[in-house]
Amino acid sequence: MEKIPNQKAWLLVLPVFAIVAFSAVIPLMTVVNYSVQDTFGNNKFFWNGVGWYQELLDPATELGGRFFASLWRNLAFSAIVLTIEIPLGILVALAMPREGWGVAFSLVVLALPLLIPWNVVGTIWQIFGRSDIGLMGWAINRLGFDYNYVANPIDAWLTIIVMDVWHWSSLVALLCYAGLKSIPDAYYQAASIDGASRWAVFKAIQLPKMRHVLVIAALLRFMDSFMIYTEPFVVTGGGPGNSTTFISIELVKLALGQFDLGKAAAMSLVYMLIIIIVCWVFFTVMTNAGQDRRPAGGEP
Amino acid sequence: MARIDLVELAHSYTGAADDPASFALKPTSMTWRQGGAYALLGPSGCGKTTLLNIISGIVKPSRGKVLFDGRDVMALTTQQRNIAQVFQFPVIYDTMTVGENLAFPLRNRGMPRAEIETRVRQIAELLDLVPHLGRKASRLTADAKQKISLGRGLVRADVAAVLFDEPLTVIDPALKWELRSKLKVLHRDLDLTMIYVTHDQTEALTFADTVVVMHEGSVVQTGTPEELFLRPDHTFVGYFIGSPGMNVLPAEVQGRQARIAGHVLRLDRTYCGLPAGARVELGIRPEFVRLAKPAPGLLGAKVERIDDLGRSRFAHVRVGDLRIAAGVPRGPAIGQEAALVFEPARIHVYADQRRVEGAA
Repeated sequence: MEKIPNQKAWLLVLPVFAIVAFSAVIPLMTVVNYSVQDTFGNNKFFWNGVGWYQELLDPATELGGRFFASLWRNLAFSAIVLTIEIPLGILVALAMPREGWGVAFSLVVLALPLLIPWNVVGTIWQIFGRSDIGLMGWAINRLGFDYNYVANPIDAWLTIIVMDVWHWSSLVALLCYAGLKSIPDAYYQAASIDGASRWAVFKAIQLPKMRHVLVIAALLRFMDSFMIYTEPFVVTGGGPGNSTTFISIELVKLALGQFDLGKAAAMSLVYMLIIIIVCWVFFTVMTNAGQDRRPAGGEP
Repeated sequence: MARIDLVELAHSYTGAADDPASFALKPTSMTWRQGGAYALLGPSGCGKTTLLNIISGIVKPSRGKVLFDGRDVMALTTQQRNIAQVFQFPVIYDTMTVGENLAFPLRNRGMPRAEIETRVRQIAELLDLVPHLGRKASRLTADAKQKISLGRGLVRADVAAVLFDEPLTVIDPALKWELRSKLKVLHRDLDLTMIYVTHDQTEALTFADTVVVMHEGSVVQTGTPEELFLRPDHTFVGYFIGSPGMNVLPAEVQGRQARIAGHVLRLDRTYCGLPAGARVELGIRPEFVRLAKPAPGLLGAKVERIDDLGRSRFAHVRVGDLRIAAGVPRGPAIGQEAALVFEPARIHVYADQRRVEGAA
């Protein structure tokens, strides 16, 4: 049978092109466009080439300094949050009941923090941590510790980290729980017959079976924590000083506070590139970890 | 290594221990000899896996107890009972190599490294896994994975018993034969008690020296393959073992005479005092029924179908409403009239499905 060329197909995919163009391509290109120009009031634009990028990537300049300082803060925050949330999530998932009424109960309890809007989470902890009227802040101070997240950078960091752990560990736990539930009973029975200890069961069965969901959990948590904005903005506003100013907060200051669209655009593009690269590395490393790359069936 | 006794064992998955209708396993008592090769044979859902899991301790029975060498093990875990079990579908530890998989049960019990190595080597040789020892287990085919599962079941020399739960389901037919004969060799060499659950009569009869036939939650007969073939204790055994299965024919039996479809058959033994109101049936294997030319005094039949099984041929004939299978060397055409000759010594009488012993 002869194929009839029919260009009408283009017409059918046109809506998708249009939607993607308006939702992603055009806004992104606008940002690219801004990033190579300098703006003044009255909508006047001047060509600046890669000037903003050079300045951004040079820590000696004002812009570069701000960018790198907030970048390290972001990386530190993501690293801390991941090292706490992933093991904690696994532990919670392991401790969850497998059947009975406890399943529904624990799922609902775990899902609660995930259902609360970001800025509400921020507000809750902002009040919760206050040393005058906040239950936690007041209690810690009564215990004799000097805790004040408004004045002390370490306290501010602790508050934000605890808040993020509270907000997002459930996600990791739920994903791990799903992974655990997919393990057939025969594995546990075999392990028990093989005399495996609790730790051996975890290492030989549960962890390998959870690997895929853990990749997803780590990726999601990395992206989310690396892009964090609302909660620290509500709790600390980036302070005290600049101690909790993350890239996203810096971006908003630049773009909306100083109206430096060019600098902000360059910074957001670099920010996006970093996220994409780190995710790609994560994904590649974690999906290949522990794999035997020799072809199946052949001689070793 | 142990003798295993089951005492009044019963299990209900619904937990209603006082309702016999809900029992997946009806009250059962039996003894498994140390060093025996047993097969638990029965159709799906007859309770054989339940029985196996009770022995290994995965399932807690609603009633009764299990003794290992006379010692009550009900309070012991699977691990403490020192049982090996191979499941229907391969269970392998994905992150480990084949060798590590085989060594896993030994390492968990703290065996010295050198001993583990020799033992793993032995089992790997037996199962042709040596070339794969260093490879990741997750990359092998289903066949090879099941071999690893088998290997893990056999790697410990000191187990009380090795339980197999339809272990060859996922293995391709040619390899099945090979593995089954290997299991047999292994059984002879290691002097292990092996219990092999299957719904495949060939598998059961070739592997085991004692076959336990289960039906609807209870054991209906325990015996050698020959006993099951020649003297089925229950019509189910007659029907389930042998192909084609035993002819089971409703009959009236009086003394030395049986009447089927209006025809009187002479029996070899005397049957008196059959329980009143019981359903009385005659059972005779197709191998002991011969098709002959119609003659006076013989039971007339009409040939409906001929099955040629290669080594033997069976005619399926019709007598009134009854269908009977009979051995036939060659001939007759379908639709032809014929007569049946029964070997009187091979006819069994069943009352309510259970075999009745006749008097000489």
